[in-house]
Amino acid sequence: MAEPWEDEPEGPVRKFMYVNRRAPYGTIYALESLEVVLIAAAFEQDVTLVFMDDGVFQIKKGQSTEAIGVKNFSPTYRALEGYDVEKLYVSRESLESRGLTTDDLVVPVQVLDKDQLAALMEEQEVILSF
Amino acid sequence: MKLSILVNEGPYQHQAADTAIQFTKAAVARGHEIFRVFFYHDGVNNGTRFAVPPQDDRNITAQWTALAEEHNLDLVLCIAAAQRRGILDENEAKRQGKDGNNIAPGFRISGLGQLIEAGIQSDRLVIFGD
Repeated sequence: MAEPWEDEPEGPVRKFMYVNRRAPYGTIYALESLEVVLIAAAFEQDVTLVFMDDGVFQIKKGQSTEAIGVKNFSPTYRALEGYDVEKLYVSRESLESRGLTTDDLVVPVQVLDKDQLAALMEEQEVILSF
Repeated sequence: MKLSILVNEGPYQHQAADTAIQFTKAAVARGHEIFRVFFYHDGVNNGTRFAVPPQDDRNITAQWTALAEEHNLDLVLCIAAAQRRGILDENEAKRQGKDGNNIAPGFRISGLGQLIEAGIQSDRLVIFGD
């Protein structure tokens, strides 16, 4: 059976990094970033996700958006593993300065300090920052 | 060099829209190839022909249209972002049962896969936004 992504053009595998820097609600950047990541997964590229600054709140457990009338899209992050998006990194400084630990997050992540994140960014070929 | 451009902010609201077209013009003038210009988030608002800026102000959409005609640029509005913000071409208007369309000449509407392809195929993906 033809899958939708089988129509996509062939190309080399490149290292794509998505840097999520903003809070999940208040602006649409986080949601539309997640939409890019989900579509991009079909292209079988080497994908890395980074959560830093207020972006760490995107994957915080226990989000309740009823009162603001916006869809809670945080469960979608748990689906990323099914799309082979498994390299998730969080900034140690961003996490700690917000009083969070990895136990507060909806997905398993690796915590990196800013020097390690900088080194990881250095390796990338395409960086999309939202 | 083969470049692609990502425009993440709307016209007049944000400098990024102006800087993106100025950069694109400069890149073309220097002989670089523009593989694609992709418009995402509020950036899709750069592609409506219904915007009427004051006559003594610049018309960003008209500048894109002229540049696309002159240099055969591929200007792509993200379909998901465009639907949210009311940017439609003839096909989409028909498909969504809307009474008109507003896409500007030289632009087309397509999926996020076009952004990923631009990242894969280009030497550099240059991003304009915050």
